[in-house]
Amino acid sequence: MALTTINNSAAIALAASYCKVDVVASYPITPSTPITHELDKLYVNGGFPKFIPVEAEFSAISSLLGASAAGARTFSATCGQGLMLMHEALFSTAGLRLPVVMAVANRAISSPLNIWNDEQDSMCQRDSGWIQLYCKNGQEAVDTVIQAFKIAEKAMLPAMVCLDGFYLTHSVGQVDIPDRDKVAAFLPPYKNPCVLDPQNPLTVGAYAVPADYQDFREDLSADLEASARTIEEVGKEFGKAFGREYGLVEYHNCKDADRVIVTLGSVYNTIELVADALRAKGEKVGVAHLRSFRPFPAADLRANLGGKHVLVVERDISPGAVPPVYAELSEALAGTGSTVSVAAGLLGGREAKRQAFESLFERMKQGKVKGWFCSKEKKL
Amino acid sequence: MSTQSEMHLYAPGHSGCPGCAPSLTLITVLDALGKDIIVVNATGCMEINSSQYPNSAWRVPYIHSLFENAAAVASGISAALRAKGNDHTTVVVIAGDGATYDIGFGALSGMMERNDDVLYICYDNELYANTGVQKSGATPFGANTNTTQVGSKHRGKEGDRKALIEIAAAHGIPYAAQSNIAFIHDVRAKVKKAQGMRGSRVINIFAPCALGAGFDGSQSIKVARLAAQTRMCPMFEVENGEYKLSVNVAPAQKKPVLEYLSLQQRFKHFTPDDVSKVQMKADKYWNHLMKLCGLPTDEQVAAQEKK
Repeated sequence: MALTTINNSAAIALAASYCKVDVVASYPITPSTPITHELDKLYVNGGFPKFIPVEAEFSAISSLLGASAAGARTFSATCGQGLMLMHEALFSTAGLRLPVVMAVANRAISSPLNIWNDEQDSMCQRDSGWIQLYCKNGQEAVDTVIQAFKIAEKAMLPAMVCLDGFYLTHSVGQVDIPDRDKVAAFLPPYKNPCVLDPQNPLTVGAYAVPADYQDFREDLSADLEASARTIEEVGKEFGKAFGREYGLVEYHNCKDADRVIVTLGSVYNTIELVADALRAKGEKVGVAHLRSFRPFPAADLRANLGGKHVLVVERDISPGAVPPVYAELSEALAGTGSTVSVAAGLLGGREAKRQAFESLFERMKQGKVKGWFCSKEKKL
Repeated sequence: MSTQSEMHLYAPGHSGCPGCAPSLTLITVLDALGKDIIVVNATGCMEINSSQYPNSAWRVPYIHSLFENAAAVASGISAALRAKGNDHTTVVVIAGDGATYDIGFGALSGMMERNDDVLYICYDNELYANTGVQKSGATPFGANTNTTQVGSKHRGKEGDRKALIEIAAAHGIPYAAQSNIAFIHDVRAKVKKAQGMRGSRVINIFAPCALGAGFDGSQSIKVARLAAQTRMCPMFEVENGEYKLSVNVAPAQKKPVLEYLSLQQRFKHFTPDDVSKVQMKADKYWNHLMKLCGLPTDEQVAAQEKK
């Protein structure tokens, strides 16, 4: 292992090139632009064969689904409005079972315009059929990009590698960039079994009438659910090859904890510091990082957090309903005797200090917590 | 033993209407291109007619994703093929005018600006047929469609059709051409010429919809032929920026637009005034095209004849 001081975006682009991507298509949008720049820099120096500087994100994802269907390994980076513009084609990519991998630099969504971080953009793509893996630091982002290709190509499903915009895309840190040859050994070449090939003409993307349509959606759903095992297997293989093992959820001091905060992304790091400090004072608190949001690891969460008071800190909303991670976690822990709480907020770059999380752990002692987090109106 | 029908790369058994000119266009285009192609199809009649799971009329590799992204999907396939060292397979988009002139126009423009190695074929029936006859950017002035109906305040489409091939040519691509399914030799020649070139190539093929325009399916080719003969849809090509007229109908031999309009229900509401307005538009566009082609305009021809 050799640590390099590097900007995370550059590290992610390098990791993608080590994965021998054939075609990259990307469009500028803050804060994923640095990844796009770094990809282009690699391309112009022969790092990979094709970079398509598209005219919109919708064409970025569309061209990659075409390239993937023609047998190419593909990669892109986008966020916020860019991901929203891709929405329709995201569903098509998953429905056509094409393992495109994309870095999503999580960003707020308009209106009002806001370029800063939360996770509303990827959360509202949750029904698109994509695998969604969240990263809490630059090292995880690099490692997850490499794993994502293997997972996606085994499951024949596209995968998003979600990392917080600015916090992770624009920060410089010490990252272990895996060795290029070891990456090549870890990741076999991409083979699309339904490749577009004049020697063996196939029809890809036939339309389906009511008698057939639901079967396709059931298959997609079952395969996305089954990809949980693939994520675990690949996470273990990665551990063997590179010394850092990954799973669906990372549990930190959860076994004997009575209170656990579950979250996604880089905000985890602050909560872990707070939880460790409380532990030192004798409080039985833990933290969990939900690495895989799609597939949603319900059984894993139930086995590890059932019966505990679990609070979700999530940076996304579902106007007119409860936020999605809370809703899904509530379903996963139903009947275990768990209390499930939620603090939703930190939207559009709003930040929380350590005290805010200390106060959350404190509030949990009195029972269920549910509401906006760091709101100017009602403070949790 | 192979029959004639088995030799077509767009196989029989598709569900095109009787007299469907776009279906005939597909048969002609695919047979001209041969087997070493990958087809990207935009959502539309031709997609619905040809690819109901588990059947397919395509004897060549085929992909359909969405309505508005065919050009971008093709850009990606082309990039993938070239990245993998395949420099021979032709990537062909087949899309209707709704997908081309309207909803997929941004992706098409991007593809052309990058000069991606794609042959883009639009079968142009001047309306949204699959959704039940609405106006598109290709619908001509005055046409009655379900989104440009004829009422007491409004009478059919109020704007003109887009000059798609001129717009395509203005991107500086190597080849852009207007063809017409009534002139099968012209379709074949243009498709083959385009296939032999590299970069973005765009061919718009006039192929009227009997159901949508309101004429009997037995008249499709007649209607299509008249579109060229009456100057409603002149045929030309733009090769590396140079405009060339394809089928030279001399000004004196042109047919009046009424011959074309009167065959179709969509122009049934036209008054003599409307007809002369359309005639003027057709002549104006023709003369504009003559200038681009470096050929004499009506005025110049008349002056020549006087001498």
